[in-house]
Amino acid sequence: MTVIADIPDAPRAARRPQIGNPVLRWLRTNLFSSIPNGILSIVLLAVLAKGIFSFVLWGIANAVWLTPANDSSACRAVRGLGACWAIIPEKYRFILFGTYPFDEQWRPALSVVLFVALYFLSTRRAFWRRELIYLWIGALALISVLMWGGVLGLSFVSQDRWGGLPVTLILATFGLAFGFPLGILVALGRRSKLPAIRSLSVLYVELIRGVPLVSLLFMASVMFPLFMPAGFNIDKLLRAQIAIILFAGAYLAEVIRGGLQAVPRGQYEAADALGLSYWRKHRLIVLPQAIRHVIPPLVNTFIAFFKDTSLVLIIGIFDLLTTAKTAIIDPAWQQFSVEVYIFVAAIYFVFCFAMSRYSRSLEATGGR
Amino acid sequence: MTTDTPRPPPRSRFFGAWGPRELKGLFWQVLVITIVAGVVGFLWSNTVTNLSARRITTGFAFLGREAGMPIADSLLAYNPRDTYLWAFVVGVGNTLRVAVIGIVLATILGTLIGISRLSANWLLSRLAAVYVETLRDIPLLLQLLFWYVLMQALPAARAAWRPVDGVFLSNRGLILPAIPLGLPQLWVLGTAAFGLAVVYLIRRWLVAQQMRDGKLRPVWPFAVSFILALPVAVSVLLRVSWTIEWPQLRGFNFVGGLTLAPEYFALLIALVTYTSAFIAEIVRSGIQSVPRGQWDAANALGLRRSFMLRQIILPQALRVIVPPMTSQYLNLTKNSSLAVAIGYQDVVSIANTTLNQTGQAIEAIALIMAVFLSISLSISFFMNWYNSRIALVER
Repeated sequence: MTVIADIPDAPRAARRPQIGNPVLRWLRTNLFSSIPNGILSIVLLAVLAKGIFSFVLWGIANAVWLTPANDSSACRAVRGLGACWAIIPEKYRFILFGTYPFDEQWRPALSVVLFVALYFLSTRRAFWRRELIYLWIGALALISVLMWGGVLGLSFVSQDRWGGLPVTLILATFGLAFGFPLGILVALGRRSKLPAIRSLSVLYVELIRGVPLVSLLFMASVMFPLFMPAGFNIDKLLRAQIAIILFAGAYLAEVIRGGLQAVPRGQYEAADALGLSYWRKHRLIVLPQAIRHVIPPLVNTFIAFFKDTSLVLIIGIFDLLTTAKTAIIDPAWQQFSVEVYIFVAAIYFVFCFAMSRYSRSLEATGGR
Repeated sequence: MTTDTPRPPPRSRFFGAWGPRELKGLFWQVLVITIVAGVVGFLWSNTVTNLSARRITTGFAFLGREAGMPIADSLLAYNPRDTYLWAFVVGVGNTLRVAVIGIVLATILGTLIGISRLSANWLLSRLAAVYVETLRDIPLLLQLLFWYVLMQALPAARAAWRPVDGVFLSNRGLILPAIPLGLPQLWVLGTAAFGLAVVYLIRRWLVAQQMRDGKLRPVWPFAVSFILALPVAVSVLLRVSWTIEWPQLRGFNFVGGLTLAPEYFALLIALVTYTSAFIAEIVRSGIQSVPRGQWDAANALGLRRSFMLRQIILPQALRVIVPPMTSQYLNLTKNSSLAVAIGYQDVVSIANTTLNQTGQAIEAIALIMAVFLSISLSISFFMNWYNSRIALVER
């Protein structure tokens, strides 16, 4: 055995004569290349088999899949031995849509579909044009109409009755839609030659990034009413949304600033030489290149930010996580919170995993 | 002979050195400052009116009052009759307790998983990849609630699990055997720390010597004598006892040993596993960033593998690893504030209780900000210092 074989990614397989059964050859190169490696593989296989076996036993073989309405006795009988997936068909409407009027829940469901379609279109390179901005404005307006109603024969639903997945998507998407322009302005401000604007931007970014989101949310829920003139109050959801926009703006600003720094000086100078004004220079020349540079880290920021919207649980806003936590307060189902958390975790996972795959594919193609 | 010398840009006779560009800049700055000052002033005047309407006096005088809130689990001694100020300090202690231990454990776990992802063993690298992907794509708060629910579902103290003798896992948390630390024990530990500092200085000196004449001088005799032998000698001389205190089940709870309350334990597990997934990716990309030529060159020189990793690969990988690692440490510290969701009383939770009891919203939030800004600044300061030490020295 040469020392080179210990280097990660060393092309060992290529050096061996290609003989024998391909399966055995694969096993030999990937699992049993040396004695310690073989022992490690066997131990890992044993642990993995035991883990999968107990999960199958708990999650599938002994699990209860359906029970008569609101009757958890079958689940209690297998408690500790099997999962109670029956809680999901029992509670999924509440978990997904919260206290939205039951007969009107097609409206939040349609909003979720619209959101997903909007995300999907935004990832297509063919749609990376100015029209995408109009598409976003149109879709967000349509979603607002669907959720609130009050026009076109839809009954009005006040936002204290909103809940579940649409609220999570609203907090994340509107946070992004407003946080992104804010981030661009602050990033430009931080690179500006004007001292007052630069120091204001630095102050804003460092203050927001220095404290946890929880404290910003507390601030939004407790201090906001103090800031406003007496008798004037805005809704709790909107307050949390403002906190999230401010939070997103600061983090996005730092990512965009990284992109601005990556644009070669010559581009700025060429734009100046053409006599473009500051705003036209940035809008037409600098920003398109800067943002293209930082698309992968931007997507990673979006993922972080999508997960962080779950923090509104702490100030009592009914997002997906809060409805899940509320669904298991019901005494009959109290003991089956693990199943509900797994269900909600799967929903978050699907969104985040799709975004992270997308970010990886962009990195592979260089964002071009 | 006439040459076209570039003419200086036209200056306005009226404004002198103030060209149109400078004027425009000045105008924008004045505009932005006026708007910001206007908004802040408007909010401030509203706040003052609202506070006086609610008969809340601003200022930090309330910190001297009796807190009266219970703190179940704390590092520092606390009594509900203590002041709000002390309650805050206890909260900061709790935050640091979870953040410091969390950072250490997450670094170890994350490094192991990051290296596992690069392993030649297909199964190990796949498992590490699944671990990273799963934990990164689920919100931390959800993971925290999940761990906490699992903690509560553990058996009662009487039926506690005993994975190893003397270690109990029950719905009272994790109970470990402990060595009670008194003044004599601290003296011995202090000696060991002193020995560590001395060995560090000796090592620097030895390396400097080696730079001069190229001779390799072993550091381990000094390490053994100062870090091991000296504290042992002090311990024997002072007759320090190192008896292990084993936890005992008495009635419904445990006596003795070290107890990690379920809230603390759940928070620690959630923070460590979540952050380790990010650290694993940082470590992996750091190691991959070292060019293959460096491995080949080290091998060609016939260096031992441990020497190669320590002296050739790691120093280069660390340059890529340290800056993003700093932000992960900061994230872990900030994420420890999620403690409020499961009732572990960190500084945010205590500030929130204070806020509810006294109505001193601005002061409570200002204290949270002050605490986190100073923690963030100290971590960045330390990591920047470390980063500048390991940075590439170019000729």
